[in-house]
Amino acid sequence: MNGADTAFVLISAALVMLMTPGLAFFYGGMVRVKSTLNMLMMSFISLGIVSILWVLYGYSLTFGDDIGGGILGDLDHVGMAGITPETLTGGDEGIPVLAFAAFQLMFAIITPALISGALADRVKFTAWALFIALWVTIVYFPVAHWVWGPDGFIGLNGDIKAIDFAGGTAVHINAGIAALAAVLVVGKRIGFKKDPMRPHNLPFVLLGAALLWFGWFGFNAGSELAADGVAATMLLNTQVATGAAVVGWLIYEKVRHGSVTMLGAASGAIAGLVAITPSGASVNAVGALAVGIIAGVGCAWAVGLKYKLGYDDSLDVVGVHLVGGIIGTLAIGFFAIDEIGLFYGGGLEQLGRQAAGAGVVLVYTFAVTWLLAKGIDRLVGFRVGEDEELAGVDRSQHAESAYDFSGVGSAAVAAAPVPGPAGGQVPGTDRETAAAAADKRVDA
Amino acid sequence: MKLITAVIKPHRLDEVKEALQAFGVHGLTVTEASGYGRQRGHTEVYRGAEYTVDLVPKVRIEVLVEDDDAEQLVEVVVKAARTGKIGDGKVWSVPVDTAVRVRTGERGPDAL
Repeated sequence: MNGADTAFVLISAALVMLMTPGLAFFYGGMVRVKSTLNMLMMSFISLGIVSILWVLYGYSLTFGDDIGGGILGDLDHVGMAGITPETLTGGDEGIPVLAFAAFQLMFAIITPALISGALADRVKFTAWALFIALWVTIVYFPVAHWVWGPDGFIGLNGDIKAIDFAGGTAVHINAGIAALAAVLVVGKRIGFKKDPMRPHNLPFVLLGAALLWFGWFGFNAGSELAADGVAATMLLNTQVATGAAVVGWLIYEKVRHGSVTMLGAASGAIAGLVAITPSGASVNAVGALAVGIIAGVGCAWAVGLKYKLGYDDSLDVVGVHLVGGIIGTLAIGFFAIDEIGLFYGGGLEQLGRQAAGAGVVLVYTFAVTWLLAKGIDRLVGFRVGEDEELAGVDRSQHAESAYDFSGVGSAAVAAAPVPGPAGGQVPGTDRETAAAAADKRVDA
Repeated sequence: MKLITAVIKPHRLDEVKEALQAFGVHGLTVTEASGYGRQRGHTEVYRGAEYTVDLVPKVRIEVLVEDDDAEQLVEVVVKAARTGKIGDGKVWSVPVDTAVRVRTGERGPDAL
């Protein structure tokens, strides 16, 4: 066993775990006040559900021996059967399989959580929990197997031989296209395109982006599964591309809209992190700069598409993760050094492999996610009622609210009935009563 | 008695407050408000989306005065609140039947 590599992967697993709460804050700050808690919970619940499924059968389906054709792993490791602390990846110099399994679990947790941003403000929490459980089972585990599993047909040991170092295809394209499919089933928020729906807490957004950026070093460099030069390359390229994407996004915003926004800086960072995820180990520092700039500008442009095309991808999961994932995945075909990419003496071959790998996931994940979301909608109803949506999903789904602004009315808020389909207490009413009470008329 | 209500630009609050104090007003109530007059709202672009902002932030000031002071007080407020630019706001007065000081129970002008 290689102790240095093992230590590095264990720490990386912890870093990637922190990304999911980071994502919760990133998204939680972006929604309106009334759905803050729901947004945090939609990410956080993934830590619960996916951890259970991973040890029960997720690890086995993803990284078990191939059942044939590079389609899926077998069920030999259900309940982590057959894996002891002494079981190593590779030969005597490998790391414990349990370290690898823990590291990969964190990827399986954050991928469905990424989708939640597209569905902000309007879905039933139980329907979302059901969606996570089924989606990782029929989409994430198979797709991760195709890309990273032994003999997976998209990955380097399979037929397509696409490069996806840390998850451009398996995580970001996968989550991004799933978000699009889910949004098309669930529909737009009430007031989409009409109401501003500005972020309610931008410091949360920056806090979340910072936690994601920090954790992403584990995500990207840790994917080398060794403390070596490739991990170092990946770490530096991650930093460089992300910085470049922040600048790229802000320049685009300044030129097109006239302002340099906090939300743009945070989103630019995520766009850069997404794009360098598949490509960071294949490019040099200049290539990483290029990937970052292209991702920053490209994603800043892409987040405007939802208004033109009319799909309510609330927090821009499609614009950032799908588009950023595609940019990073295809960038390998252009910028990969050592005569792989088009600009470094390679031909079009690798670009074709990258496009094929991405294309398979785009088609499979879109179709299966659409059917899954439709099924959940038929079975239990995906959306909350109109009154509940207007009053806010925090009250109706969690019986809590993120902030207590009221003075006089605080007791009344706590005791207020949960708004149901038939109407009921609307958060804000108590606040208005309190304000009216405080709005005393003139005294001498 | 009259109730004078003024809806003005938030950054003129200090001037109006000082002018009212100089005039001898003993108390007033200030509330943050939103609204629009003839200027309507304006459009903003944020994250690629253009939308109209109908309601502009305003401050509402309320003062109770004796009938004789009302006309002059309106002029004082208008003068202090004016910038000459669009959206300066409105001032109006309405008659008031009763006013009671809660602590003492005094009524009418004595309560002011």
